[in-house]
Amino acid sequence: MNIHEYQGKELLKENGVRIQEGIIANNATEAVEAAQKLNQTTGTNWWVVKAQIHAGGRGKGGGVKLAKSIEEVKTLTEKIIGMNLITNQTGSEGKIVHKVLIAQDVYYPGNKATSEFYISILLNRTTSRNIIVYSTEGGMDIEEVADKTPQLIFKEEVDPGVGLQPFQARKIAFNLGLSGKAFSEMVSFVTALYSTYEKSDASLVEINPVLKTSDDLILAVDAKINLDDNALFRHPRYQEMRDLLEEDPAEIEASKNNLNFIKLDGNVGCMVNGAGLAMATMDIIKLSGGEPANFLDVGGGANAQTVEAGLKIILNDPNVKTILINIFGGIVRCDRVASGVVEAYKKIGEINIPIIVRLQGTNAEGGKEIIDQSGLKVFSATTLKEAADLVKKLVK
Amino acid sequence: MSVLVNKNSKVIIQGFTGSEGSFHATQMIEYGTNVVGGVTPGKGGSVHLREPVFNTVIEAVEDTMADTSAIFVPPAFAADAIMEAADAGIKVIVAITEGIPTADMIKVKKFLEGRDCFLIGPNCPGVISPGEAKVGIMPGFIHQKGTIGVVSRSGTLTYEAVDQLTKLGLGQSTCIGIGGDPIIGTTTKQAVELLMNDADTEGIVIIGEIGGSMESDAAQWVKENGTKPVVGFIAGKTAPKGRRMGHAGAIIGGKGDTAIEKMNIMRECGINIVDSPADIGLTMQKVLLNSI
Repeated sequence: MNIHEYQGKELLKENGVRIQEGIIANNATEAVEAAQKLNQTTGTNWWVVKAQIHAGGRGKGGGVKLAKSIEEVKTLTEKIIGMNLITNQTGSEGKIVHKVLIAQDVYYPGNKATSEFYISILLNRTTSRNIIVYSTEGGMDIEEVADKTPQLIFKEEVDPGVGLQPFQARKIAFNLGLSGKAFSEMVSFVTALYSTYEKSDASLVEINPVLKTSDDLILAVDAKINLDDNALFRHPRYQEMRDLLEEDPAEIEASKNNLNFIKLDGNVGCMVNGAGLAMATMDIIKLSGGEPANFLDVGGGANAQTVEAGLKIILNDPNVKTILINIFGGIVRCDRVASGVVEAYKKIGEINIPIIVRLQGTNAEGGKEIIDQSGLKVFSATTLKEAADLVKKLVK
Repeated sequence: MSVLVNKNSKVIIQGFTGSEGSFHATQMIEYGTNVVGGVTPGKGGSVHLREPVFNTVIEAVEDTMADTSAIFVPPAFAADAIMEAADAGIKVIVAITEGIPTADMIKVKKFLEGRDCFLIGPNCPGVISPGEAKVGIMPGFIHQKGTIGVVSRSGTLTYEAVDQLTKLGLGQSTCIGIGGDPIIGTTTKQAVELLMNDADTEGIVIIGEIGGSMESDAAQWVKENGTKPVVGFIAGKTAPKGRRMGHAGAIIGGKGDTAIEKMNIMRECGINIVDSPADIGLTMQKVLLNSI
């Protein structure tokens, strides 16, 4: 599950990570109140207005602006809330901004120069251990840094038997070139950051940039946190952090029906049991000259209800010119799935596009018979090859 | 012969009396698997599906000499169940459970270090050596005893491949569903290694998907050590970056984990890559004919 910057920062603060303080605002009035409050609590006279969407690259896209007066907080908030923010991570369609984070200015002048770092924590799938990835090149696109100057990226792996050790936190602070107060600040920062990652069952904690202020404090200016969906059951409180406005309406509808759906841009819809077979079906649509319009895994129990819910979601997409239903009946019987398809089809009523139903496995022949005799505009297939050929014919 | 499970495997079911455990234990027994009992904490001493129920895995092992376990325990308790099985000396632990938190699996992997056992899965269909033993949830009837080994991260896509093989008369030695999670026990490479060293396996099918580098690691191993023809398919050529495609582990994160990159590496390592999942069986047939 993705969460917003302001939610991520709340988690960090709870676990003792110093952050750039901020208050969330839904409109200009709330933004002004937030700015005044921050002035009282932190003394800040400038504020950063930060669009809250689930995507990076917000600054370059115009979603993060510095306000040097309360008046500016108001006008900038009015401008940013409601805007369609397009960044390198949102795709060309962009994302509507619903909330802004009003944050203190942490780049204030002082005795020393400020500097920015990069720190992230994630799973190293090859070793099945967590690693801390860090770099002196903060505030930049880290993939670009990894490409051009890989020697500036460091990694520290954590032994799950003992967890993060103090020597590792010190090594990180030294490698980032810190000394004195900033050094001990960084040691506590890294330790608290790792503890946040573990306690929240995160799959990613990425802080870019981590800032050393002009008075040698280390703090998180941004926060990108992904939570492990499989672990949400032990954090009931986190479920409230889900922001439905950030999700595709079709995907929300699908998840209500326990369907695993991802919207894509193509012209051939598909409905499949099993994630691997669903991806393979998308691939075969492409090989047959079509473009997949979605990923849809109906799971183990493909019945009339799930088929109906799935079909409705796919049919809502005006780009879809044909639909391929691909079910490999193992535990589920194909004749039952076929009856489900026919039942769902009749219940939905008017369907103006051709549907290909490919049933294989237990009772495949019985299933095909039900489809063929239904009198509906449904094409049946048994092998994957036949299904592919039908797609080829129908997308022409 | 076969690998991991065979007719001599003594199998227990963890989560025996639950609905999933009961259903699939029945299927396994019907297939001919030697199920010798099961474990459900608190129900020890009772009898279920005509087999004894134990409170702990160690009791089950001492009483039945079980060496294999199939785990149907809910995600919150599954990591614990895997560690209990390993601690009790189970040699092949097949974890079917989907949805185990990654943090739990990190602990499991650490716990299993240096222990003499194989963990298959989690989030997998299991392992079957056709005609000998089925330890998992795959439909038995699509399989046929033979000489093709199958290694796959997927469920129904594996059934698809097996079905194609069987219909062409190509039976299977052992089909290993290694699982779709970011952390799994036995990797593609380890599974391929087992099959490569199995005297009765003549060809191997690798079915992978986007995310991670397991297929590429296996391909490198095959390049250096391979003695049998290998056919490969990677699902997800059309998957968008950064989205979790059903399986927790099926997500394109960084370099080298897209379907195309993996297929290129595998091709360079001498693996017969199929572009269409409809051609897995036919390609294996062709490759076997050419290798004679």
